[in-house]
Amino acid sequence: MVMTIEAHAKQASTTLGRDYIAPEVLKAVSAVPRHEFVPDGLRGDAYANRPLPIGYGQTISQPFIVALMTDLLRVGPDDAVLEVGTGSGYQAAVLAHLARRVYTIEIVPGLADSAAARLQRLGYSNIVARAADGYYGWEEAAPFDSIIVTAAASQIPPPLIRQLKPEGRMVIPVGAPFAVQYLVLVERDPHNGRVTTRQLLPVRFVPLASGGQ
Amino acid sequence: MLLLLAVALMSAGALAFEVLLTRLFSIVQWHHFAYMVISIALLGYGASGAFLAVTGNRLCRHVGAAFATGAILFAVSAVASFAVAERLPFNALAVIWEPRQLLYLLVLYLLFALPFFCAATCIGLALVAFPERIGRTYRYDLVGASTGAIGLMLALIVLFPNVALKVVAVLGFLAAALAISERETGVVRKGRAVGYALAAIAACAALPQSWTALQLSEYKGLSQTLLVPGVKVLAEASGLHGLLTVVSSSAIPFRYAPGLSLYNSTEPPAQLGVFTDGDGLTVITAFDGRLEPLAYLDHTPAALPYHLLEKPEVLILGVGGGADVLLALLHRPPRIDAVELNPKLVRLVTKRFAGFAGRLYEQPGVRIHVAEARSFVAGSPDRYDLIQIPLLDSFATAAAGTHSLNESYIYTIEAFEQYLDHLRPGGYLAITRWLPPRDSLRLFATAVSALERRGIGEPGRHLALVRSWNTTTLLVKNGPLTGEDAAAIRRFAEERAFDLGFLHGMSREEANRFNVLDQHYFFDSAVALLGPQRKEFLRHYKFDVAPTTDDRPYFFDFFKWQALPELLERRTLGGAALLDWGYAVLMATLVQASVLALVLILTPLLWLGRHRPQAAAAALARWQIALYFLAIGFAFLFVEIASIQRFVLFLGHPVYAIPVVLCAFLFFAGLGSGFAPRLTARLDALSPPGALIRFSGGDGRCLWAVRVRHPALALAVAGIVAAAVLHLVAVPPLFRWLMPLPDALKIAVSLVLIAPLAFFMGLPFPLALVRVAAARPGLVPWAWGINGCASVLSAILAILLAMSLGFSAVLLIAIGLYLVAAATLR
Repeated sequence: MVMTIEAHAKQASTTLGRDYIAPEVLKAVSAVPRHEFVPDGLRGDAYANRPLPIGYGQTISQPFIVALMTDLLRVGPDDAVLEVGTGSGYQAAVLAHLARRVYTIEIVPGLADSAAARLQRLGYSNIVARAADGYYGWEEAAPFDSIIVTAAASQIPPPLIRQLKPEGRMVIPVGAPFAVQYLVLVERDPHNGRVTTRQLLPVRFVPLASGGQ
Repeated sequence: MLLLLAVALMSAGALAFEVLLTRLFSIVQWHHFAYMVISIALLGYGASGAFLAVTGNRLCRHVGAAFATGAILFAVSAVASFAVAERLPFNALAVIWEPRQLLYLLVLYLLFALPFFCAATCIGLALVAFPERIGRTYRYDLVGASTGAIGLMLALIVLFPNVALKVVAVLGFLAAALAISERETGVVRKGRAVGYALAAIAACAALPQSWTALQLSEYKGLSQTLLVPGVKVLAEASGLHGLLTVVSSSAIPFRYAPGLSLYNSTEPPAQLGVFTDGDGLTVITAFDGRLEPLAYLDHTPAALPYHLLEKPEVLILGVGGGADVLLALLHRPPRIDAVELNPKLVRLVTKRFAGFAGRLYEQPGVRIHVAEARSFVAGSPDRYDLIQIPLLDSFATAAAGTHSLNESYIYTIEAFEQYLDHLRPGGYLAITRWLPPRDSLRLFATAVSALERRGIGEPGRHLALVRSWNTTTLLVKNGPLTGEDAAAIRRFAEERAFDLGFLHGMSREEANRFNVLDQHYFFDSAVALLGPQRKEFLRHYKFDVAPTTDDRPYFFDFFKWQALPELLERRTLGGAALLDWGYAVLMATLVQASVLALVLILTPLLWLGRHRPQAAAAALARWQIALYFLAIGFAFLFVEIASIQRFVLFLGHPVYAIPVVLCAFLFFAGLGSGFAPRLTARLDALSPPGALIRFSGGDGRCLWAVRVRHPALALAVAGIVAAAVLHLVAVPPLFRWLMPLPDALKIAVSLVLIAPLAFFMGLPFPLALVRVAAARPGLVPWAWGINGCASVLSAILAILLAMSLGFSAVLLIAIGLYLVAAATLR
């Protein structure tokens, strides 16, 4: 799985700006037992580089996208990270290997409960989970060094931007189920507080392979 | 006579089931897969030909009983196939990841092929058993089919699709009752048949609700929304434009505001979500007359034109739940004409949820019109300061590429010209679309072409493109943008952290400041589209962003073969999401259908060849029969599908065009086929088959002579060619001229235009089948099967050809095919 992720990172280098995923991120991804986060019938596919259904119309993202999003967040050992959209809890588990504390919010109660139980069973003591509306973030634990919003959103919630530290980073995958189309990286300039985004597309739209730029 | 009525009912049932499946699939899955499943399932028609070729003789001895059995099996399998299909764990979205999904797809094919196989076997049996009345049988088949198509569309106005499924089953049972009664005499026996029918109808009515209940894919927007605590379904409305579901979310608001600025700090007011076929979210926003809570709307790119115009008179094409009317109200314009296609949606906003929506469409200056955008604009004498086309499809729907097979006449060059004609000097056309850089670049290219057609030398001076983190808004001004305009656009963008995609005189650096892409896609592309390198750019850009026209209106088809390897290679990086599913599915369907059709055509041929060697000496060669029925099968559907697509522009929407055109073609072709025996008799009396027909000049000198073995066929094909050429040449200008007519008149005009063409198109099939029945009766079911297979393949091929070459080309190819058919049996 890790080798596939590394190979993909090289492929995606043209749009991502660099051709590798940080070693500590890869270490975190390989440390998480992904098969624990997928339904029993799909355990055989758990380490394949593909999204898997987890019920409730939700999917667990493919390992490469998880690694990529984690890498983009640049999580440090002292960081507090907020995740909106717990899903199976897999992304939170990966983040937990890198951050001091991970706060994760899930809107669907059934998913929130099962993810919380799973994370507890697997011994992730630095993850705090709750079932709530992610729009308002986690005011009492803010500000965060990084935020990841895996729940579909037509807008970037202003409360989340406010809860991001001045030099913080937020990542939002955009797309349909089973098809992450591009990633949006939201950054705050530490000097003037200005918020900007970067759209990371999987495919370069120009030029074509034929070289016509 | 009763058997002929049974044929009509069976045919009505099969066509109604076909149309209904499209609706049912659109609701529970996504419609492009519906297309695939139905196309393959229709090969049940082809399989029935093979089946009859092998068993026809035996079945003919018990026509009534065999027909009735087939009809009952049709009724049962129509309901059962859907009930079983709903319980299959097929997930259209996971096909690219999971090979096992292909297995489920195969099961779906087989399931849905069964009802079509049963229906086609019944009709084919009637053709084989009574060769002396082929023309009449075919007429009842076509008229029945047309009635089934239009009847189903009408039924869907009042019935939910799952209830309509039971009606389809009832048609099968009624056909069975009629078939049984065909040879029965005596009141008691006839009464028994009626009793069977009534019992079957009662059984359909009593079917458990759960068997036909619609089970939405859990990945659809509505399914996911319903999982959120506090979400309630408030209303459902089913109609021709889809199943609308209105939901409220008491605990967690929708906060739907695509493209909202990162600098916006106010939360949208309460909203009700409106889903169409379980997806495509639009919202009805709470409005209490106060404008302050709507301030957030001024932080979307769509607000830009209001910062360039003072109190504009506005036309909004496609208002959905009304968000863009609220945006307009925020700027207090004296007049807002709001156009919405779906009457049920308008009814929800104006009646059921009028209080919640603050009687939005009764606000001073606001007028709501239920109409299709192009027809409304064509029929409107008014001019506006702003014509706005809002973002109505959800991102997920757009991202899935499922629209790529849909024609979209609101974004063509001709449409842009029409909009510009309805703008006052200095007025704006504003269109909002989603990222990535495909939709808005195609719009930009379309605007450039439309402006150039109006003789504008520097179109770039009339255009501006602004983008947020996930949407873009294109402005086209009726007049050059002034320095003041440019300053206002810059100010608007700067204050909201939007980027300039294009503005005349801007620098490249201005294009990528707030929402940074790895390249200056929008600016570079816009510059290329405005410059001499346009053709080269369009050729090399990874997606097809060339302007669309009324002859090739596939706005959402961005597919380019050159990009396929990269998209597939980057499938796991997100590349798959950019693959236009509609196109890919269509191609896959064509390949599968071709293979299956070949098997279905070859199998009985080999079987017949082995068992009936005496046929070799007959007057008609097998290759002639095969080529002829292939050619007319392809040609009929090519004409029909190209016409449906063209009439979509005239009649306003596929939901009107499909039943009207389909019904007209089938009905008038049915009349034509019924006329076939008389035509043959009359022409044979005038000139015996094989006689030399001379064409003389005014002085009696022979100019041209031709030996025609089949004068009726020659006349039919001549009629088709003449009528089709007329359609090619005269119909587009006629449409432009008659567009403002009221709907009823437009339907009447459509029928008049289609009648002669369809009448002649009804002739070639029975004319030739009668000859086959006389010369080689054993090959009748085979010819029926070939025609069925060709019809299925041509339905797919016609769309592929229309997408790449345009409707006119499809019509021309059809004309060529009819000529080939005529030459084959000449």
